[in-house]
Amino acid sequence: MTVHMRDWDAFVTPLDDGSVHMDLAVEGITCAACMGEIERGLSHLPGIKTARVNLTNQRLAVDWDQQQTAADDIVATLSRLGYKAHPFDPASNKDRQDKTGRQLLRCMAVSGFAGMNVMLLSISVWSGNATDITPETRDFFHWISALIALPTVAYAGQPFFKSAFSALRGGRLNMDVPISIGVFLAVALSLFQTIEHQHQVYFESAVMLLFFLLVGRYLDHNMRGRTRSFAENIAALKAEVAGRIDADGVVREVPLSKIMAGDLVLVTSGERVPVDGIVEDGHSEIDQSLVTGESRLVRAAQGTLVYAGTLNGQGSLKVRVSAASGNTLLDEVNRLLETAAQAKSAYVRIADRAAQLYAPVVHAAAALTFAGWVLFGLGWQPSLVIAISVLIITCPCALGLAVPAVQVVASGQLFRSGILLNSGDAIERLSEADTIVFDKTGTLTTAEPELCSVPDLSDARLVLAGRLALSSRHPLSMALVQATGALVPFETVTEVSGAGVETTHDGQILRLGSPSFCNVPEQNVEAVLREFPGASLLAVRSGDTEPIVLPMRQKLREDAAATVARLVSNGYRVEILSGDRTGAVQEVAEELNIAEWRAELQPAAKIARLDALKAEGRKVLMVGDGLNDAPALAGAYVSMSPVTAVHLSQAAADAVFLGDKLVPVSDALRISKRARRAIEENLWISALYNVVAVPIAVAGFVTPLMAAVAMSVSSLAVTANALRLRIGHHTSG
Amino acid sequence: MDVLIYLIPIAIFLGLLGLIAFLWSLKSGQYDDLEGAKWRILEDDDLPEDRQK
Repeated sequence: MTVHMRDWDAFVTPLDDGSVHMDLAVEGITCAACMGEIERGLSHLPGIKTARVNLTNQRLAVDWDQQQTAADDIVATLSRLGYKAHPFDPASNKDRQDKTGRQLLRCMAVSGFAGMNVMLLSISVWSGNATDITPETRDFFHWISALIALPTVAYAGQPFFKSAFSALRGGRLNMDVPISIGVFLAVALSLFQTIEHQHQVYFESAVMLLFFLLVGRYLDHNMRGRTRSFAENIAALKAEVAGRIDADGVVREVPLSKIMAGDLVLVTSGERVPVDGIVEDGHSEIDQSLVTGESRLVRAAQGTLVYAGTLNGQGSLKVRVSAASGNTLLDEVNRLLETAAQAKSAYVRIADRAAQLYAPVVHAAAALTFAGWVLFGLGWQPSLVIAISVLIITCPCALGLAVPAVQVVASGQLFRSGILLNSGDAIERLSEADTIVFDKTGTLTTAEPELCSVPDLSDARLVLAGRLALSSRHPLSMALVQATGALVPFETVTEVSGAGVETTHDGQILRLGSPSFCNVPEQNVEAVLREFPGASLLAVRSGDTEPIVLPMRQKLREDAAATVARLVSNGYRVEILSGDRTGAVQEVAEELNIAEWRAELQPAAKIARLDALKAEGRKVLMVGDGLNDAPALAGAYVSMSPVTAVHLSQAAADAVFLGDKLVPVSDALRISKRARRAIEENLWISALYNVVAVPIAVAGFVTPLMAAVAMSVSSLAVTANALRLRIGHHTSG
Repeated sequence: MDVLIYLIPIAIFLGLLGLIAFLWSLKSGQYDDLEGAKWRILEDDDLPEDRQK
């Protein structure tokens, strides 16, 4: 950043003791040595209280005294050490303490501790019942168990009770209702039995049940937490900030959430435009491909509308943020996004679907068992014990644990393949997809352009042009630098804003820039465009010689062809929906052998196409990156977007993939398919277990403890089955 | 067997100490960074002679 100064007050949180706290996402922490280096380096600054790197989520937390050291110094020190750091916007990072995760862990610890102790006492009582325990000792043990179990259930059961209560209040049934009723009945009956000096109590069943369920919940929560924290890091690294020009003329970098309509924002060359607005001053060219899907550069000058997410070319622009009058592109996208997301909410997760079916059956079975035994002439107490056994043995542990266990293992594998999940049920939906719709720009292609033909490096002018290109941050220039392998920039380079760069070499004027800047005759431009339709043009002119026109196109991801071919051979239907011009899309479609393609589509037209596919009964995986894809991403059955995508698209997509390759898309489908199979196997295992166990329980042959043990065994079985996913099949295929 | 009246509460009390220790360690953030902790033990910059530098 050139003249930028961050408005640090927007990033730091004041603490009680007068110091301030800041969280930063740090790029490039790869090993333990980095951790020590950063912490030591920062501790030499005056006023630093604590600086602690978290290697798990690659973040740095600093507490310091703002009087002695400015936040700039901290970032400067980090960059001197070789680490790029970006502060989190506190508004988008409220949940850094992960309260839910800690509460689950606390509940798990308490129930685990209580479970062990109650188990110890219970086993003593059982063996005593078989031999010669005195009634006094038994009562004593029962009372101690009650003393441990009652507070445990009250504390560790909270996550279930709360969820069950809110479900009941909403007039629904969920998994937590039978769990809560089972636990509550078991404890109440046990207390009653204890007072009555009975031989059997069931505190251990209730406590162990809670413990096993909490393990499942915690695993599930952790999986989603990890993805979320990485997604937040990426958002911070992508610098969701804007340079606001304040009334005093100073540019301050502030988080996007602090930018208001009417503010003036500075967009420097090579930077993404952070807001929607109107250019007030400056000339440049704008790459709108992320917004419109179109790869041609658009000229921007005073009065031009620019959109958030577009890439600024060479000049710097002053942009007046336009009021949210309801007609901005972002508004339209948001509106489409909402309707599309609503349409998708009809999808019900497997576990919930099973729960809807399962919960009433469990309740009915338990109630009928109780009624049946009472009618049969058994006392109400033994009848209730049998009913509780039924409730516990049918307790949906397999459902509570089977799905999360598979999801944890699968998401770990996806993570290794460079895929981060946004939504917990993405795996289930990915596995069902049968049609894949790609956006072209930024998805099949990478963000950077490349030369249409291999440059003839024997031409000295091209080599010079490559060196000249080093002085420009324009995307086309960067492509030329790569193609020519230039290393030495010229010393004096003049930049003509919005047109090109110019220098003098051996007495000759050397120019690089737009065709008109290099005086390329109109018919030459047309000839090149006829040969390479849809190409962006860069021209070179050395002295009075004939100018060279270099057509540029977007570069396909290197493995795009192979990945698409593999997807097709695996039976997927592949389609391209692009906002780019017909010529450019056709070229890519032919290169990748994709027969179905549509070009020049508006966001609404993409949704219409997705709806048409849906009407055909197809389940569509949408892969896209631009603002113009966001509604389609939200509306598709399941969606993925590359990490280079605009923020809104990433938020709308179910999964985000990293890196320059396309292969994560096929990996995601493959891993999801296997995970889906494992989930189904797990559901079968638990169903089978219930079919065998429930009749035995209804018949009254099972005590609640045996039920708890049997349930644990089934839980272990489904966990083991989930772990099987990790074995073999590591190759892409 | 009357000794159980003392022993069991003592045993539970000791177990409870363990639970409290765990909850304390959780509260003080010792489980926030499991990756980093295993490397920190290898760092020597908290030795007394290094401190004086």
